[in-house]
Amino acid sequence: MAVLDQPPATAPATADTAAPGQRWPGRGRRRATSLSRADQLVLGLMLGVPTVLHVALVWLPTLASVVLSFSEWNGIGGIEDIQWVGLDNYVDIVSRYPRFWPAVQHNLVWLFFLLVLPTAFGLLLAVLLDRKLRFGRFYQTSFYLPMVLSLALVGFIWQMMYQPDNGLINNLIGRAEANQINWLGNPDLNLYAVLVAAGWRHAGYVMLLFLAGLKAVDPALKEAAALDGANAWQAFWRVVFPVLKPVNIVVLVVTVIEALRAFDIVYVINKGRNGLELVSVLITDNVIGESSRIGWGSALAVILLIISLGFIITYLFQVFRREERA
Amino acid sequence: MTAPVQTPRHGGKPAGGGRERAFRVALYVFLTVTSLIWLAPLLWAVYTSLRDYEDTARNGYFSLPESLTLDNFGKAWTQAELPHYYLNTLLITIPALVLVLLFSSLVAFGVSRFNFRFNLALLMLFTAGNLLPQQVIVVPLYRLYLLTPVPEWLSDSGLLLDSQLGIVLIHVAFQSGFCTFVLSNFMKTIPFELSEAARVDGAGVLRQYWQVVLPLCRPALAALATLEFTWIYNDFMWALVLIQTGDKMPITSALANLSGQYFTDYNLVAAGSLLAALPTVLVFLVLQRQFVGGLTLGSTKG
Repeated sequence: MAVLDQPPATAPATADTAAPGQRWPGRGRRRATSLSRADQLVLGLMLGVPTVLHVALVWLPTLASVVLSFSEWNGIGGIEDIQWVGLDNYVDIVSRYPRFWPAVQHNLVWLFFLLVLPTAFGLLLAVLLDRKLRFGRFYQTSFYLPMVLSLALVGFIWQMMYQPDNGLINNLIGRAEANQINWLGNPDLNLYAVLVAAGWRHAGYVMLLFLAGLKAVDPALKEAAALDGANAWQAFWRVVFPVLKPVNIVVLVVTVIEALRAFDIVYVINKGRNGLELVSVLITDNVIGESSRIGWGSALAVILLIISLGFIITYLFQVFRREERA
Repeated sequence: MTAPVQTPRHGGKPAGGGRERAFRVALYVFLTVTSLIWLAPLLWAVYTSLRDYEDTARNGYFSLPESLTLDNFGKAWTQAELPHYYLNTLLITIPALVLVLLFSSLVAFGVSRFNFRFNLALLMLFTAGNLLPQQVIVVPLYRLYLLTPVPEWLSDSGLLLDSQLGIVLIHVAFQSGFCTFVLSNFMKTIPFELSEAARVDGAGVLRQYWQVVLPLCRPALAALATLEFTWIYNDFMWALVLIQTGDKMPITSALANLSGQYFTDYNLVAAGSLLAALPTVLVFLVLQRQFVGGLTLGSTKG
């Protein structure tokens, strides 16, 4: 951080207007303390208003999810009708709720699929496109065009691809007339069909991130590797890829978060039923679905929260450690 | 690059000219085929939307066209009252976009220009908040919106629930995490001397923000605006959960209802979907550089 590096000798002459905040040896607090009253107020509002909104609408509900997960409340009565049931919701969800484990399993498949196929493919495309190419712009644009579409829209567009009798895919593989494949209706198949659609959108994103990362790699590194007798394959995996570590972590986190958030596309296709259950769908069912069990939905949300927090903390650690070094 | 002849696959120029060319050809073939496959779902939707219903009813969708028509777009436009839903989207997207950029630039200015002890913690709070899956907060948020009264002129439901204001607010709260992170990184690259000089000249904090720092952030703001427009426009979940009157829904969330009611055949579904995608695709094609810049701004700059 730039401020810390500046010698304290440049402390402003207006120090007499400084607020009497505590002094921390070794910490350059002069900027904060050399502000006039009016500026302090303005600065407080500048930081305060957005922070209050963010905390009130994002972090308070997160906390509320945790608290309410220990309760039973149908939401019809007032807050005084809340009954505290301890860990009952969690126990019930894990042991008795038939849709829970399939949903977890689908989320895991989702995560695994996205991490393996679109990510590897995006990396491959980025490596191939990271050179002077005729039509390079066209290739890039067509790969990341799907990214500007909402996942809901991706669901609509792929439904037309997957139609058993009129869809493009069955017609191309000759299964439209007889022996139709019901891509989205078959509960053993539809998760993978949807994942292809989600991966179609995700690969372009990954490609873009890697492409930006590759452009920032010092070409001298590759040349040095080539001089040392490494072939292109070795040079990439042993020299370039390790340098891409920050990008790799961003890709990893983006992919994980994407997999945990997945909702729109399955909701559009069949409201997340019949083979397309996801944890996010089970939670949302408690708000707009037939059941309105707030404690139950909150407990599901907390399970999702715990899974995501691990990745969020990894990400923060990576990003802000880099910042300290900068 | 020409020396190591003992490397078999790395095409040294003197020996591997033919191999190099073969590689280029294979590369072009692969990229062309793959990009066409990538565009296929969209092209299929375009083709379906251009077919006449009678034609597809007779010959199926996988057939050569007897004629091509733009009628489906007109029908989808009027039957489903798409202009109404575009307007809803606009009423949500524009205020949300302006507020997100304003709020996040304020916080970014504060944490990047002044040296408070809580800077890093605040920045982490915002960044982490943006990464939470929406479903983690949706159940209590719905309750909170149900309990929050709002003056009638802002929301005819009298509550934050079922109001476009509520959607704007959650977008602002949620998205400001990402934008604050990106903007604070960007602002750190602006020399301190600039705002310091303005301060010495008697400019208050507000003027340093508005007249010195913010104008220099234009590239980052443009990139974020493009990206955030797309994200807010594409939101499906918030409006689906927090808006109950179908009439007030933005177009992305409305499409699910419309497709059951008005889009009775695939030609209309295709036309309606493409119309809904049009604004983001246009913004993307026109502002591609900003869009790509915005995405990578958050990831590679640290």
